Amino acid sequence: MQILILILVILCFFCLYRAWRGLTIPDRMVAIDILAILVVGICALLAVYTKREFLIDVALAWIFLGFIGTLALAKYLSGRKFNE
Amino acid sequence: MNEIIGRIIIVVGVVFDTIGCIGLVRLPDVYNRLQAATKCVTLGTCGIMFGIFIMQGFNSLGIKALVCIPFIFLTAPTAAHALARGAHLFGVKLWEKSVCDKYQEDKK
Repeated sequence: MQILILILVILCFFCLYRAWRGLTIPDRMVAIDILAILVVGICALLAVYTKREFLIDVALAWIFLGFIGTLALAKYLSGRKFNE
Repeated sequence: MNEIIGRIIIVVGVVFDTIGCIGLVRLPDVYNRLQAATKCVTLGTCGIMFGIFIMQGFNSLGIKALVCIPFIFLTAPTAAHALARGAHLFGVKLWEKSVCDKYQEDKK
């Protein structure tokens, strides 16, 4: 169980690499969206591993935070024009 | 027995997450990255939740993990679709080896 949580944390660093390096603004938004879903998985595994049940409530709330944040950023993005 | 089956499903979910994140780093374009990452990570996280439900059974932790699955299946593709539409309206070019762009034809 520890090794699975460690793998998921390393995958979060992959997402952070894309958010740091991403060539355009939508790349960074995609990386943050994927990062939110990965953190949900990490919270659920931690809830089983540490036997603290409130962490799964954190996961359930985090789904909607990521969703609303991504929708707001996509709406902000569609009214603008791309320049290098 | 439930413990072993649940752990196997969790490992399958983590493998899907890994494939999705490798696609997020390696693929050349916004739309390719969005497609690879969203599908694999959605299925992987739902696999983790379902494995936790199998491991825990019908107590409060297992039921909450089961409730997470439809929420992820509803919200993640919706967010990805909105993000792809926003990126296209924003004017991000496709990869130069892409073969068709139906949304661009539709806008004319």
